[in-house]
Amino acid sequence: MSRYLLRRLVMMLPVVFGISLITFLLAYLLPADPARMYAGPNASVETVNSIRHQLGLDRPFHEQYLRYVWRAFHGDFGYSYHFKMPVWDAILSRVPYTLELTFAGILVELLVGIPVGSLSALRQYSWLDRLSTLFALLAVSAPPFWLGLLALYFLAFKFPIFPLGGAGSFHHLILPALCAGAGGAAWYARMMRSSTLDVVHTDYVRTARAKGLRERVVVYRHILRNAIMPIVTMTGMDIPWFLGGVVLIETVFAWPGVGKLAVDAIHNVDIPLIMGTVVFAAIVVVVSSVITDLTYAMIDPRIRYQ
Amino acid sequence: MRTHIDASEQPIRVLEDADRLPEHQSQLALVWRRLKRDRLALLGAVIVALLVLVAIFADVLAPYDPTVPFDDGLTLQGMPVPSTLPESSQFILGSDSSGRDLLSRIIFGARVSLTVGVLANGLAVTIGLVIGSIGGYFRGWVGALVMRFTDMMMAFPSLLLAIALVAVLKPSLWVIVLVIGLVYWTWIARVVYGEVLSLREREFVTAAVCAGASAGRVLFRHILPHLIPTAIVWGTLGIATNVMLEASLSYLGIGVQPPTPSWGGMIQQGQYYYRSAPWLILFPGLAIMLTVLSFNLLGDGLRDALDPYQRR
Amino acid sequence: MKRLTLFATAMIVVSLALVSCGPQAPEEGSAAPTSPPEPATGEEPQHGGTMVLTYQNDIATLDPAIGYDWDNWGMEKWVFDALLDYDVDMNMVPHIAEMPEVSEDGTVYTFTLRKGVKFHNGREVKADDVAYTITRVIDPETKSPGQSFYFTIKGSEEFANGEADSVEGIEVLDDYTIRFTLTQADASFLNVMALNFSFIVPKEEVEKWGEDFGHHPMGTGPFVFKEWVPGQKLTFVRNENYFRPELPYLDGVEVQIGVTPEVALLRLEKGEVDFLGDGIPPGEFVRLTQDPAWENRIVHAVRVNTTHIALNTQVSPFDDVRVRRAVNMAIDKERIVQLLNGRGKPAVGILPPLMPGYDPNIKGYDYDPEAAKELLAEAGYPDGFSTFIECISVDPEPKLCESIQSDLKEIGIDLEVHTLASSTVINDAGTPGKVPMVWSGGLAWTQDYPHPSDFYGPILGCDSAVEGGWNWAWYCNPELDARELKARGMSDWDASMKEYQEIFQILLDEAVWVPVFHLEDYNAHSDALHGRVRDFIHPVHDIWAENLWKSE
Repeated sequence: MSRYLLRRLVMMLPVVFGISLITFLLAYLLPADPARMYAGPNASVETVNSIRHQLGLDRPFHEQYLRYVWRAFHGDFGYSYHFKMPVWDAILSRVPYTLELTFAGILVELLVGIPVGSLSALRQYSWLDRLSTLFALLAVSAPPFWLGLLALYFLAFKFPIFPLGGAGSFHHLILPALCAGAGGAAWYARMMRSSTLDVVHTDYVRTARAKGLRERVVVYRHILRNAIMPIVTMTGMDIPWFLGGVVLIETVFAWPGVGKLAVDAIHNVDIPLIMGTVVFAAIVVVVSSVITDLTYAMIDPRIRYQ
Repeated sequence: MRTHIDASEQPIRVLEDADRLPEHQSQLALVWRRLKRDRLALLGAVIVALLVLVAIFADVLAPYDPTVPFDDGLTLQGMPVPSTLPESSQFILGSDSSGRDLLSRIIFGARVSLTVGVLANGLAVTIGLVIGSIGGYFRGWVGALVMRFTDMMMAFPSLLLAIALVAVLKPSLWVIVLVIGLVYWTWIARVVYGEVLSLREREFVTAAVCAGASAGRVLFRHILPHLIPTAIVWGTLGIATNVMLEASLSYLGIGVQPPTPSWGGMIQQGQYYYRSAPWLILFPGLAIMLTVLSFNLLGDGLRDALDPYQRR
Repeated sequence: MKRLTLFATAMIVVSLALVSCGPQAPEEGSAAPTSPPEPATGEEPQHGGTMVLTYQNDIATLDPAIGYDWDNWGMEKWVFDALLDYDVDMNMVPHIAEMPEVSEDGTVYTFTLRKGVKFHNGREVKADDVAYTITRVIDPETKSPGQSFYFTIKGSEEFANGEADSVEGIEVLDDYTIRFTLTQADASFLNVMALNFSFIVPKEEVEKWGEDFGHHPMGTGPFVFKEWVPGQKLTFVRNENYFRPELPYLDGVEVQIGVTPEVALLRLEKGEVDFLGDGIPPGEFVRLTQDPAWENRIVHAVRVNTTHIALNTQVSPFDDVRVRRAVNMAIDKERIVQLLNGRGKPAVGILPPLMPGYDPNIKGYDYDPEAAKELLAEAGYPDGFSTFIECISVDPEPKLCESIQSDLKEIGIDLEVHTLASSTVINDAGTPGKVPMVWSGGLAWTQDYPHPSDFYGPILGCDSAVEGGWNWAWYCNPELDARELKARGMSDWDASMKEYQEIFQILLDEAVWVPVFHLEDYNAHSDALHGRVRDFIHPVHDIWAENLWKSE
């Protein structure tokens, strides 16, 4: 088991390296001068050149990249050009917010999706099924940032039930989490529906019914327990999905997370911060995919022995 | 971001022998029959067709040029004008913050969304097919390398990659198409990889190899046809995702250039007027939702129709 | 970007307080005929209360040697002081030091420090601290963007190049006396000593925090920095030992970060917040200004800044002055101001009003598309031509560029609008021969001090028409440069200003820019917060917190 884990992690190392190299290259190719961005508009050209030299930006590409990697190995992820603070600190101060939003969103997806999906399956073709299908389709088709804006308008401005963006209390978390989780909830609902339907028609369940077990026992202990399993293992893959979409939610709700930090970093040509956020996101994705694989491996022993 | 519901990595399985079918029906007819029965899919198809028509005939349908600001498109203080229905029909949906007709912009916006959606997805599907096939077919280090590369690209936060690429290449319609295609292919590659892995073990492949066919020939003539259903389904569902991606990039301010109307861009410009002109956010968003919904319905329908093991 | 816009705001404020007096003559009367009337409060400032402020973006740093944003410039003033300062009318006044003794030839400045000015850690400010501060700004390792302001000090360039260990022109004479020797007579040196970069910092704190000093600032100012939660808030408390004992009035300032302008306004309306760091959001502007409840709580000031189109004189066809003039005549400036909800004034000349050297009678270009077409035809483009303009993608700039696009279409010019991130626009515009037209909106170059030379050199002089420079018209006229240098050295203020007027008339005749408008900044404050208009929006100090006070 641990050998499998180790193997997977080792295989992921080149992935992280590759990402860091591509990111560094892209950052290098950005058509903007980081030294000028650092110095601001009023600084004279000589000052900008001096700053460029101080930041090591006049060195050749490979040298800059290697220096970056070397420092990163020693825990030094550089100094944000824009925030003038260590990248590590800048990211770390935001990570809890993104994690909070991610987990809240996934929780919404599961708490809404699974019950709705299983109910739909158990009452297949009923009005509940059709209604939830419709709802699911709409939720998945609506742009999350648009949903966010609408939510802010109706639920925070017109009827001030929720705060108008920002973070701070649980109250602040609700709307962003709902918007972030809406599309995914629909997805989970449909998946749960399929999964439950698969189980409902098995001999196993038919036997349970034939045995005369109460319907409720059949439903909970036999149908749902089995139907949920494949769904829950997919949660591990959800995290990378989320990191992609969370940027938009953070932007709309002014949620001080890493996603917004990354977008701003790109606009500011804040190379150390760009590197830090992208590599961080990549590591999170990699780790969560390893965890997912682990979960699969634990469930399906065949995989372990490949 | 997730834009279609059954977006699992489950491959589309195709019937293996023609014996399974009643003799007088071809596979295509079966698919068509299933599709016709699926009302939601039909609805999706109809809306898609309508959208395509709107996009093609935008010049005729739109009341005004979407890029032209009107003097009375703004109030004296320069604010957007609400809908003038029912008094007059000047601005049916109101005007935007520059004084242009919102309805015309929404109609023309269909062009951008569909063009980007279809072309970018076409690119993504093509790349995905190629890479997934290579990765799945070739054993040894070639296949492994290709899949490692795919893993790496998949781990890249897609939206950030898109933003960075657009920043490097300077935004324009074609750049957006290219960027979205470059960012989105990994999911398709993964699916194709899985399919090719199982397909390559089949007898017809072994037979072809024994007969001396080159790898390219095997891939192209034998394996590829079996990938067509996957390509079709992803080709449709993927448009939904790509339309969403384009809207997101435009919302972040790095989409197509003004004054070309893009639904996401319209939302971005309109969001500051949420109190005084909420219609600026509402209508473009509805347009996006409708487009994505219709492609989802159609794509889901196609997927169900092409899957021989479905329940109905 | 926001900070540049705020700089521009500062500019407006500056213009408000602007006078015609020169920087080296504080005794001269302050004539500011265009400054708005003070609100008649009739009340005495009270002590107490905390001001709550909002900003959308986090402050980059509060290290005065490094901070060069509008956001942090204002805040640094709360925590630090310089030797000299500006008063509400933009006169130069003594602050931590007395007005200096200047030698006959104008190259030696001797400052005497006030005694008893203490850093927030209790230690008294000595001349050594001043020397340390200025040297630190010049030190290349500090990476200060303001380094070149101090190159008039003798020996500074050698120190910056590593050729010397210290700056020759900075001499500490005794504990409270410091002498600066310049390489040539430069009247603007006093302005430089009042710049944020000259805010005095305590050596032991800088060394303790190193590069992080910007997040743990400590100076001598009216407020003591207390806490900074990145991305969330900053807190400042009253300095009980401020060298001006009656100030500040407020007990403290709380800054909320990460608040979008729309949300900030909502909080202001609910009474949760006192003032908007980013101003009134454009989408709400009309509603708020028409609401009678807000009449007395809105403050506004014209910026000392000109938003313009820079025409690249080195790229065809803008190398032909007739084409440039045609473009000038084709732009409907009124319409653009309307797109801004009227928050601006159409501009005629390059210099903004309230900037010394501004000529109200300057001869500009009227809106005349017909004449523009004729001129174009005369220049050889009867059917127009194609070109493009770069514009930042932040609202409302793209919309303004689109208006320009349709204006130019009228005279046959096919204009593509490229909206890009501001960093990209800055980079492109500073690359020779790359961009034919640049829209300066959102990229406002802001003055550092009220003197037209600051407006000429960095954006219109030959020295800045280089790669990475800010002279986006790539205009280089050595004769004009020489003339400007002479004007800068003139001891007769009026004659000097007259020279500048002529210089800028020439620039306008050359049509290197299309000056479009001067922005007006609007802001709103809560009922409880009081102060003069200029305390709310000061040209240099932005939110001059030490003069604001709260009632109730």
